[in-house]
Amino acid sequence: MADTVIKSPVRWLAANPIWGFIVLIFVFFSFANPYFFALQNFQNILVQTSTIGLIALGMTLVMINGNIDLSVGAVVALAASLCVDIQGWEMFADWGNWAIAPGVIAALIAGTALGALNGFIVWKTGVDAFIVTLGAMLGVRGLVFVYTKEQSFFAMNFAFSDFGSSNMGPLPTLAVLFLVCTAAVYFLLARTVHGRNTYAVGGNRSAAVNAGIRVGPHMLINFMIVGFFAALAGVTLSSQMGAATPNLGTNYELWVITSVVLGGTKLNGGAGTILGTLGGVLAIGILRNGMNLMQVPAFYVLVILGTILIAVLLLDKQLNRKGKEELRV
Amino acid sequence: MSDVAATKIPALQLKGIVKTFPGVRALDDVTFDVRAGEVHALLGENGAGKSTLMKVLAGMYQPDEGTIEIEGTPVTMRTPLEAKRRGVVLIHQELSLAEEMTVAENIYLGELPRRSLGRVDWKTLFAKSEEILKRLNCGFGPKDRVGALSIANQQMVEIARALTVDAKVVIFDEPTASLTDAEKVVLFEIINDLKARGVGIVYISHRMDEIFTLADRISVLRDGGYRGTLVAGDTTEDEVIQLMIGRSLDLSRRQHAEVKTGEVALKVEGLSCGKLFQDVSFELREGEVLGFYGLVGAGRTEIAETLFGLRRPTAGTIEIDGKETAIHSPADAIAKGISLVPESRKEQGLVLGMNCRDNITLPQVGDLTSGPFVSDGAEIAIFDQYRDTLKIKTPSWRQAVGNLSGGNQQKIVIGKWLAMHPRILIVDEPTRGIDVGSKSEIHDLIRELARSGYAVIVISSEMPEVLHVSDRILAMYHGRVIRRFTAEEVTEDSLVAAISGIEQEQVA
Repeated sequence: MADTVIKSPVRWLAANPIWGFIVLIFVFFSFANPYFFALQNFQNILVQTSTIGLIALGMTLVMINGNIDLSVGAVVALAASLCVDIQGWEMFADWGNWAIAPGVIAALIAGTALGALNGFIVWKTGVDAFIVTLGAMLGVRGLVFVYTKEQSFFAMNFAFSDFGSSNMGPLPTLAVLFLVCTAAVYFLLARTVHGRNTYAVGGNRSAAVNAGIRVGPHMLINFMIVGFFAALAGVTLSSQMGAATPNLGTNYELWVITSVVLGGTKLNGGAGTILGTLGGVLAIGILRNGMNLMQVPAFYVLVILGTILIAVLLLDKQLNRKGKEELRV
Repeated sequence: MSDVAATKIPALQLKGIVKTFPGVRALDDVTFDVRAGEVHALLGENGAGKSTLMKVLAGMYQPDEGTIEIEGTPVTMRTPLEAKRRGVVLIHQELSLAEEMTVAENIYLGELPRRSLGRVDWKTLFAKSEEILKRLNCGFGPKDRVGALSIANQQMVEIARALTVDAKVVIFDEPTASLTDAEKVVLFEIINDLKARGVGIVYISHRMDEIFTLADRISVLRDGGYRGTLVAGDTTEDEVIQLMIGRSLDLSRRQHAEVKTGEVALKVEGLSCGKLFQDVSFELREGEVLGFYGLVGAGRTEIAETLFGLRRPTAGTIEIDGKETAIHSPADAIAKGISLVPESRKEQGLVLGMNCRDNITLPQVGDLTSGPFVSDGAEIAIFDQYRDTLKIKTPSWRQAVGNLSGGNQQKIVIGKWLAMHPRILIVDEPTRGIDVGSKSEIHDLIRELARSGYAVIVISSEMPEVLHVSDRILAMYHGRVIRRFTAEEVTEDSLVAAISGIEQEQVA
């Protein structure tokens, strides 16, 4: 919850076991591989993490709110395609580097609008978010194929791909962008009225209604936020690659949800934190990076990640069981 | 009590039971027995260890120390199913039924009769269920869907479950919590019938009147310890209560003389909502408590929901301070000075995982900002104020509401609404599932609120409660206000007669 501020480090770790886990794997990889403990590698991890991380920020809000968004992966592809395609349109030919702007703006607007559409349908029809966004996941991916005619787009403006590999001081720009967004969403969730009501609606919807909270608008806003972040991730990803492919972002919804859940957010809503989500994303980032450096074959990486997801959640359950109220099942 | 018990081997006996949880000694050397053909009531305030003891009895918990004997034979019961096979059955307070399945399937849940290849033997299932339902005089059949039944009938399904085995001991945990007086009568008949068949009954309840109606013996727990057993015929309510809480209580009728009422705050005329309630009219003045009494389903809660903007009336008018108004939503009701403490605090009142402070400020957190952020200081100030005035017991505002006792949870819900400074406060079932001590505190609080000028509506299924707190009482029957009483003229008989739809003359 918003108030599990550091009372004692032990209790904080019990509430956020993922950070203990991060320390563990960090130490492990530092000793296991000579290339892991290096500034360059830490920068890599942050950049690799930022794509999933940005989406996970929005997903945390949506999931605490009691919903889920499965369409984020498809939105990444749509945003990336729009961004790269539009900046190459002839009408912007003499805008120079400014031609990137309409592409980015169009991508962000599209993502936010699709989020709004998801949220609006969930709000007005009462259909479960899982179903609505499952439909959106298929539909939006279809739109991407229609729009791109199954072709990849390549960014002709090198300024765009330079952005993806640029630095701000000691840190990569994308890492800074991710950390700034993390801070912003942290404050939104922990300190604002919207954040508080997000917890309330996810924790007990009818109590929230009885308290005069308008449930629908809060859900709508959170879906728009996750849509925005998915689009932003699409933009940064295409900037890293200097291109957009129609299959971009496939399975991202699964990685994002895995990270968020790993960070302690409950699938049925009402509980979760941004610090936890940051931990979840970093844990996956460090694991993938570390195993990659150790040349673990990619398929084994998946097996190991799946096992760890279940193990960490089991640990969380053991640490935070309700004590005497818990029944043996 | 050894002189009484020595005559016969008890159906079920617990000796020296100890159960500890991390940080809590929930049961400390508890001894308890129930004989065939008796009702043994188990009392204690919330947190006294009743639920833990009951779970030990029903095989959900294993005791750390102590023995359990069934008809003199020591046993260990590792699961509820094992306990059931040995003839010990628990009727849960919170019904645990599969709502989408039929009555028969629920009755035999976990033990469906089978044919070859694991197929369900539907014929036997329905026939056996039908037979049990007949014994209970139920007004529904084995093929009805459980979710479509009333709460009272769902409870009958739970009881029917107990009858599938040759039950030696049946444990009732707060069975009347969601029943009305008329439904209670039916339940008591069933309990007496079981008793006559030689079944030992463990009856857990907060309600003194029920216990003295039903019980042969009464055992009391306090702070996880066994405090003694009394024979119901030789004791008084006061004695039992003192044993429970270590002090005496005055739950008698209030003096109504000092009531001073002010302006009409709320006037409702001809209010209807489809089939839920029709043609309801009343006036509510500042400084008075108006009680709504009736059976579950009589439309009381629905009226409250309509006044709070959760339902749309199909006819009639609502006037606040003499001005006709429409209430569109809870937010609208709150803006117009109406607050509702809902029927079920866990489902409708509280966000259980949230802390105490955030729950209290939930409806007004939007007004407690400085810049873009919620102001911690302002929130804590409000929490402190209501913790002090309502005597909410919690280690700190950071405590999750779900960890508080029922009484303190209810105070949080009430505090939440008092903090909105409403003029009209509607309280639906203010003390459901709350222990005796907190109950009287909440009653005093309601009176105190009226005295300080609030206009209060109290909806309750408990007659002593309605009689105790109300200045006027509206009796509801099948969606209509059937009679109006003032505190001076009301009698228990006339009230029961009114809400069961019996004419007054026939009773007299």
